Amino acid sequence: MMLEIQDLAVARGGIRLLEGVSLALGAGQAMVLRGPNGIGKTTLLRAVAGLQPAVAGSITLPPEGAAYAGHADGLKATLTVAENLTFWAGIYGQSGIAPALAAMDLDALQERPAQNLSAGQKRRLGLARLLVTGRRLWLLDEPTVSLDAASVALFGASVRAHLAAGGAALMATHIDLGLDEAAILDLTPFRARHPEPGQGGGFDEAFA
Amino acid sequence: MLALLLRDLRLATRAGGGFGLSLAFFLIVTVLVPFGVGPEGGVLARIAPGILWVGALLACLLSLDRIFALDREDGSLDLLATAPIPLEGAVAAKALAHWLTTGLPLTLAAPILGVLLNLPTAGFGWLTLSLLVGTPALSVIGAFGAALTVGLKRGGLLLSLLVLPLYIPTLIFGAEAAKRGAEGLATATPLLMLAGITAGTAAILPFAAAAAIRVNLR
Amino acid sequence: MSIWEYANPKKFMQTSSWALPWVTGMAVVTLLTGLVWGFFFTPDDFRQGSTVKIIYIHVPSAMMAINAWAMMLVTSLIWLVRRHHVSVLAAKAAAPIGMTMTLIALFTGAIWGQPMWGTWWAWDPRLTSFLILFLFYLGYIALWEAVDDPDTAADLTSVLCLVGSVFAILSRYAVLFWNQGLHQGASLSLDKEEHVSDVYAFPLWVSMAGFVLLFVALVLLRTRTEIRARRLRALEARERMA
Repeated sequence: MMLEIQDLAVARGGIRLLEGVSLALGAGQAMVLRGPNGIGKTTLLRAVAGLQPAVAGSITLPPEGAAYAGHADGLKATLTVAENLTFWAGIYGQSGIAPALAAMDLDALQERPAQNLSAGQKRRLGLARLLVTGRRLWLLDEPTVSLDAASVALFGASVRAHLAAGGAALMATHIDLGLDEAAILDLTPFRARHPEPGQGGGFDEAFA
Repeated sequence: MLALLLRDLRLATRAGGGFGLSLAFFLIVTVLVPFGVGPEGGVLARIAPGILWVGALLACLLSLDRIFALDREDGSLDLLATAPIPLEGAVAAKALAHWLTTGLPLTLAAPILGVLLNLPTAGFGWLTLSLLVGTPALSVIGAFGAALTVGLKRGGLLLSLLVLPLYIPTLIFGAEAAKRGAEGLATATPLLMLAGITAGTAAILPFAAAAAIRVNLR
Repeated sequence: MSIWEYANPKKFMQTSSWALPWVTGMAVVTLLTGLVWGFFFTPDDFRQGSTVKIIYIHVPSAMMAINAWAMMLVTSLIWLVRRHHVSVLAAKAAAPIGMTMTLIALFTGAIWGQPMWGTWWAWDPRLTSFLILFLFYLGYIALWEAVDDPDTAADLTSVLCLVGSVFAILSRYAVLFWNQGLHQGASLSLDKEEHVSDVYAFPLWVSMAGFVLLFVALVLLRTRTEIRARRLRALEARERMA
């Protein structure tokens, strides 16, 4: 099992957003989170990534299992594409950025500073970062923003290759990646209702 | 962690990295002092160790908010916090990078500026040594302050307000060592205290800073 | 019955609403007794004249300036370890009081120092330490003001209080060292307590007790205000959600 979430509740700014979320992902499986803006997709992904605590419930994933990709790509403008990627490979103790560059069609841009990339190219570089982490579970927050159709297809192909290699992916996206095997989880039914005192987990709530 | 250190060094030396700004600031502050207190050599020689220490401290302060704020803006901090290297180690690596690009150049420039302030000959070695031992503490304490204020929109001023009181012991022992050296007195005690502060802060503050970053990312 | 029950906001509000008038009353009575006794019923010092009587404000406020920080350190630790919201709010409530006490100690020190040493300010180790303590209070309060999210603010200020305490103690020793280095063999002894005879000491004890009670009363009052403000914000937030 790559990821198991049980009865999870998450809060943002002291207000409970989602509750009772349970899901499980095995090797080779992908799941797409859907739901209107502000439902808590980002918050849920950040909680799974360990960036913020869960208000209730449990998240189980293998140690050092997940790689997170948020709205920002974490690129340094003055470093080249290759330097940016080599850095993240080094952080994750991996070597060899060539496959990642090839998968995201960045070979020709290797020596270009990240500040001279277009928005879509930056996003591709951000996604190439996932490929050099060597992590088996990918947590993706709107990965296809500012990608053109060809790049979306490219990205869909890398996700499929990742799944085929025994990986897993949990993503929030509105665009159809052409991943027919991905399960879709609509978060709308899990929206927190009628918040009871002290359940938001927030500071002020303790005094209500 | 080595990758992070190398990246920060590379970033600092690239265009817009701010490398050299602190040095220029240090130079200007030192040049301004004689205009304020007068050109009389004896006065300058007496206050030179203190002025150079305060100048180095302020120059160091100037670049503190870059330590984490830039990484926060472009999302790197989120990614670092979820990366396999411990956040405490990342803080230490970034503080070390800050020292290598700020504290060390300041230390090397201080003797040259000492000439401008008529620093006694005996003082040059002690000034450099005290800065070499003391400036790492400035970077580590500064990294802690930067971690506390990383979530704030305009944290620069608050950062100074938080960090400057924490700099007081380092400044006292550092300037005292340089001053005693210049006067030909024994410098062992303040230098040992200074080394103690540097060792202590480097051992403990990365943990406090990492905790503050985790709170700010939440 | 555990002491932690008082960390429950409701329990704290109940207990403090009962205790506050009593503590306030005791503070007023003790403080008045101490100050009136000290000001009007002690003989003038043969050397310092009547100026010595400022000691009844100066020494207790200096004591509370340090004790307030010590209390903030303890309550911040309780918040970090046990996550009791009232605890960290008490630390927040105590900070401006401690800062005011520090200011009172500095000002009365200056007023006393002028006739005695012929200067409003000297970089004496003790005076300097209080000036540094004032800067620490300033930073702590500024951090509370700057951070919007209350949970984040509570965590960050608590960490700052912990680290700040270590550096405050370090500064105290550094300042002692620094001053000795500057004015070796200073002829001016600033050690006051050694010379205090019983005639002056008894009203001083009463006055110190009065300051402690005043501090407790003010902290209770301000903590209650903070709790009410939180409750308001929480209720407003819930209103928006509904």
